[in-house]
Amino acid sequence: MNVEDLARRVGDRVSDVLVARGEVTAIVDREDLLATLGWLRDERDLGLDFLSSVTATHRPDADPAFWVDYELRSIALRHRLRVKVGLRAGDEHVPTVTGLFPTADWHERETFDFFGVVFDGHPGLTRILLPDDWEGYPLRRDEPLGGVPTWYRGATMPPIDERGMA
Amino acid sequence: MTAFRDPGTGELRQETMIINMGPQHPSTHGVLRLLLELDGETVIRCTPIVGYLHTGIEKNCEYRTWMQGITYVTRADYLSPFFNELGYCLGVERLLGIEAPERARLIRVAVCELNRIASHLVWLATGALELGAVSVMLYGFRERELILEIFEAITGLRMNHAYIRIGGVLMDLPEDGPSRIRELLRVLPRRIDEYETLLDDNPIWRERNEGVGVLTGEQALALGVTGPLLRASGIDADLRKDMPYGGYETFEFDVPVRTEGDAYARYLVRLAEMRESLRIVQQAIDRLEDTPGPIMVDDPKVGWPPRLSTGPDGIGNDPEYLRHIMEESMEALIHHFKMVTQGVQVPAGEVYSAVESPRGELGFFLVSDGGNRPYRVKIRDPSFVNLQALPAAVEGYLIADSIAANASFDPVMGGVDR
Amino acid sequence: MPVERLEGFHTGRTPEEVEEEVRRGVLTTTLDRAVGWARKQSMWPATFGLACCAIEMMSAGAGQYDLARWGMELFRASPRQADLMIVAGRVSQKMAPVLRRIYDQMPDPKWVISMGVCASAGGMFTNYAIIQGVDTIVPVDVYVPGCPPKPEMLMYGILTLQEKVRTTEPFK
Repeated sequence: MNVEDLARRVGDRVSDVLVARGEVTAIVDREDLLATLGWLRDERDLGLDFLSSVTATHRPDADPAFWVDYELRSIALRHRLRVKVGLRAGDEHVPTVTGLFPTADWHERETFDFFGVVFDGHPGLTRILLPDDWEGYPLRRDEPLGGVPTWYRGATMPPIDERGMA
Repeated sequence: MTAFRDPGTGELRQETMIINMGPQHPSTHGVLRLLLELDGETVIRCTPIVGYLHTGIEKNCEYRTWMQGITYVTRADYLSPFFNELGYCLGVERLLGIEAPERARLIRVAVCELNRIASHLVWLATGALELGAVSVMLYGFRERELILEIFEAITGLRMNHAYIRIGGVLMDLPEDGPSRIRELLRVLPRRIDEYETLLDDNPIWRERNEGVGVLTGEQALALGVTGPLLRASGIDADLRKDMPYGGYETFEFDVPVRTEGDAYARYLVRLAEMRESLRIVQQAIDRLEDTPGPIMVDDPKVGWPPRLSTGPDGIGNDPEYLRHIMEESMEALIHHFKMVTQGVQVPAGEVYSAVESPRGELGFFLVSDGGNRPYRVKIRDPSFVNLQALPAAVEGYLIADSIAANASFDPVMGGVDR
Repeated sequence: MPVERLEGFHTGRTPEEVEEEVRRGVLTTTLDRAVGWARKQSMWPATFGLACCAIEMMSAGAGQYDLARWGMELFRASPRQADLMIVAGRVSQKMAPVLRRIYDQMPDPKWVISMGVCASAGGMFTNYAIIQGVDTIVPVDVYVPGCPPKPEMLMYGILTLQEKVRTTEPFK
């Protein structure tokens, strides 16, 4: 299905659909997430039954601040769709989609590990890439990059997030 | 359950054994940790624990320009660096709304397919080594050296090249590049025949791989598996055919698919893929002869580096270009300065660009806020998702089969942990 | 302190070489030289390949850049049977305790080669996740820079280490 038809078809169910750069994005509320994903999977002409990726973006200046992003793909019908859910800072909870897509297991663990977004109902939401006793959620925009100042032949240079270069 | 006599009380007890195949292990393809719960020799439960190579690439990219991001991203899945670069650059190009010139697209396809062959050779070499076929390891690395020499001639590095750039490639092929690649294409098919002769009907190879690590098509789809694993389980899904990118729709090649879903099927699929990649490289080299032209977009605000040439002291800025910016055009000098200090300014937006890497769907979710640095780079790595399916392929089999199954999954921990 | 060359004594070495040895305090006896030679000649590396450098290390051990020429035929899986640890690749925070434990499990005498810039100094990854130089955890004998170093560069590092081993006093 080409991009315009896909956007129109998804628009039957989701009100906030936008098309940009050859990609279709649907923005849903947290309450409608599971129902919408199930509908997108089960509709025969949409067939978005493959979840490629789950991730999040942190926009500390925007409201909502956390945007969880689901990349759906239809292997048979050869198209993609992005579904986004916005979460307010302080209320980073979203229902898990592992019931619909078992592949989301590790993706959600990684998003929790990096951003602290809690996926309610996940079978085992623990840290996956960082050490188990790590404190903090490093990929949030207000967390520093870490690292040590570089020193060479007696001179020092601060770590790259403090260098102040453009 | 394993039965044993309790040393304290003397009564018979039954217990399973938990074994840690630690992060440092010769057979786990890198720093993968497997917690295996064993009943005798049968694996009851397998829990992969990853993260021992977590590098923070995604966070680091947010503090570097878009171009410097290429050098970070290329080290994620370090056995297929060109694919990392290609996915990333295709995403940025889509954000910018540009397309690389035809010659650059052909070169990109050629080096990517050579990388696919090299990656499959490493899989074959290490997989065979873990099962005990040591000579296959030496042969695999011997063939890989041929390909790496060509990479070194083209890009300057054997691995982690940072060759594919936003808007094109770094430099054109050297003078003897096409002839060396043709020589390679003449030599490689016979070597792949050698592998088939050695392994295809080898009773030990078949015994250890047939029926081992089976994933059905439904399991694979539900667990998000892509790449040769999915194609060996009967699902014909290849991004180069389904959602072509970067010029693949103009090439003629087949996608091998098998239905058994075991390690032997994956071996056959990967060997067939190597042959198909040779076909693609042959077509690309033939077409390159008839496609002279630029290898980077013309836009001075995007194309970087602008022009390089080989001088008496090595590769550097083209003297013509230097004369142009220093003597002729002030505007060109200002563009040059801005590109050096700030890099490309990418309009705001989000994009998800995926390529078919040797391990599956390698996707990049790029978010830009309009500046010269990425706002968010998320690498959807195929090995990360494929490893989720490892318990399904290992539980219920013998522990020795878990090694063969893990080898057939071909995980690259750099991609898993990023 | 210059050494006088006595007439009729042929030690096979130039006066400068002997002076060098005396200055280093390594006026080696035959036993010391034999032990030094034996140690360097058959070092067994422990497999500690982590990331991209591990692939180059495997290439160095494979047919084209054969490491077996210098006695490193076998990469021992068990650290208890190894005496050289080539830290090849970036060491993350989660892997650091494992690295230290493997190093502690190796019996003396043991040496460490830090291969690649990521192991030597953190490389391009100056961030929260990577140890900025493996010499913060284990003592390193030879640093081999490169990203990744070509197998020939690793070979040069190994030969440098062998030279160091050969000329070190074994029994201190």
